[in-house]
Amino acid sequence: MLDIARRFRVDNISPLDITEEILQGIKQDPLNAYITVDETGARNAAKEAEEEIRQGSDNLLLGVPVAIKDNICTKGVSTTCASNILSNFVPTYDAHVVEKLKNSGVVIVGKTNMDEFAMGSTTTTSKIGPTKNPWDITKTPGGSSGGSAAAVAADLCAASLGSDTGGSIRQPASFCGITGLKPTYGSVSRFGLVAFASSLDQIGPMARSARDVAILYNAVKGYDPKDSTSVAMKYQPTSLDGLDMRGIRVGVPGAFFGEGLSTDVEKAVKDGISVFKELGAEIVDIDLAYIRYGVAVYYIVATAEASSNLARYDGVRYGLRGNNADDLIDMYIDTRSSGFNIEVKRRIMLGTYGLSAGYYDQYYRKASQVRTLIIQDFAKAFEVCDIIIGPTTPTPAFGLYEMIDDPLSLYLLDIYTIPANLTGLPALSIPCGFTKEGLPIGMQLMAPAFREDILLGAGISFQDHTRFHEKRPQWNMM
Amino acid sequence: MKISLSEVEHVAKLARIRLNEEERTRFLKELNSILDYMDLLSEVDTIDIAPTTHTQHITNALRQDIRRASQPLKDALTNAPETVDNTFVVPMIIK
Repeated sequence: MLDIARRFRVDNISPLDITEEILQGIKQDPLNAYITVDETGARNAAKEAEEEIRQGSDNLLLGVPVAIKDNICTKGVSTTCASNILSNFVPTYDAHVVEKLKNSGVVIVGKTNMDEFAMGSTTTTSKIGPTKNPWDITKTPGGSSGGSAAAVAADLCAASLGSDTGGSIRQPASFCGITGLKPTYGSVSRFGLVAFASSLDQIGPMARSARDVAILYNAVKGYDPKDSTSVAMKYQPTSLDGLDMRGIRVGVPGAFFGEGLSTDVEKAVKDGISVFKELGAEIVDIDLAYIRYGVAVYYIVATAEASSNLARYDGVRYGLRGNNADDLIDMYIDTRSSGFNIEVKRRIMLGTYGLSAGYYDQYYRKASQVRTLIIQDFAKAFEVCDIIIGPTTPTPAFGLYEMIDDPLSLYLLDIYTIPANLTGLPALSIPCGFTKEGLPIGMQLMAPAFREDILLGAGISFQDHTRFHEKRPQWNMM
Repeated sequence: MKISLSEVEHVAKLARIRLNEEERTRFLKELNSILDYMDLLSEVDTIDIAPTTHTQHITNALRQDIRRASQPLKDALTNAPETVDNTFVVPMIIK
């Protein structure tokens, strides 16, 4: 992003040229990163940006090509959530974050592929088929923001927005070798984000470097009265300077280095932690005893909220309507049975069960109580450290269809990313190494609520001293 | 087994979803294996622990009681499968 801003001004490259380059790249994209491309909107925005740059504006976002995950509403541009049930849905308003980005002069090139309704971690459950990983097209880019991650990694945009309910920004960022931020719950408005699990969903930026992520985060964060969970406070712009790591206490939880962690990932993350140590950070062992319950808590809470949120798809006000029905109830059933795919149905079923009479206390209430214990765990940990570091995922990117028949095993891989959603804390994934086969590995940084400055500052410092984020996939040579 | 075939069918009915034969068999197996895993939580003592519903403690996010523009009617209806005279049309409710 910063490099493009420089090319506009130093090399006199026009935003329109860059936009054409990106649109051409998307036309030949073998990865299936986009669901919808907005050529006209992109060209118009690029022309406006060109004019402003000519007039001497130093706004770094002007003319920068950005992609938006297809569960974030864009006025007049189809927003499908990669689902049949919304295949004909065209929003009549912009999401708050889209409005902010448009006002800051970015060029929105299109809408990226994702798991249906953001439910998944592979981008294989999309109605348009899977997105492929640019580092190895037989592998998944991760998910659910797999299109947003692959598009950044493959130069099909400069940066993107994703959404993260249980790791959907950080896990694909890790699998695709880019940087992704799940902001503090309440710091980025969810107005116009299609709801999956409302107490966990957050929109966040994805880009090649922590600096670019910080620029995009500064552009989208802030209080929005249209989202009643938006936190009303003064948001300072996050600095683009690295954080001086001397005296910073880095907490390393033993629980993040247990069974199931691949040896390549373990080594890369431990080496990454050593970089911080060399930069002057103090390493502290911390205990997060309740983390082991995170996956169980998450899949009860998230599916319960999803079953409630997705009740709105009834074929009345928008979206698909099933047409083999004699009466209203039958129409609801026909709409939902033909509109949702298997993973969404599975989660609606699980959530409905967890909230149903006789099971509420055993599942939803119990999970919400253990969630409190996990929150207390992190609060205690942050008394003795400033930042918590561990792997983003237990494994590097796996085969596209490797996990398709085993939902529970796939859910269990979310173990490191889920706590940030359950606690509302901010978390950043940055590249920290590669496997022997050349697949990227991500390291996760977590901080107290609203301390994105620590996360991004540490990420910027790390990237000022390492080259992992600069390495690019050779996918276009295949 | 945590959940029986008839319970799977009951939950599907609550969720307004019709399952085909293959989905019924598949969900019976998968939901049982997922619910078995969730038993893990029973080992945690949660007596006197308050449940968390949201991580930011905002109560009553109210706005000023001032009239303001809302979504135009035309926009609200534009994505509807069927409309007539500024209303949504649905199949017959009472025969």
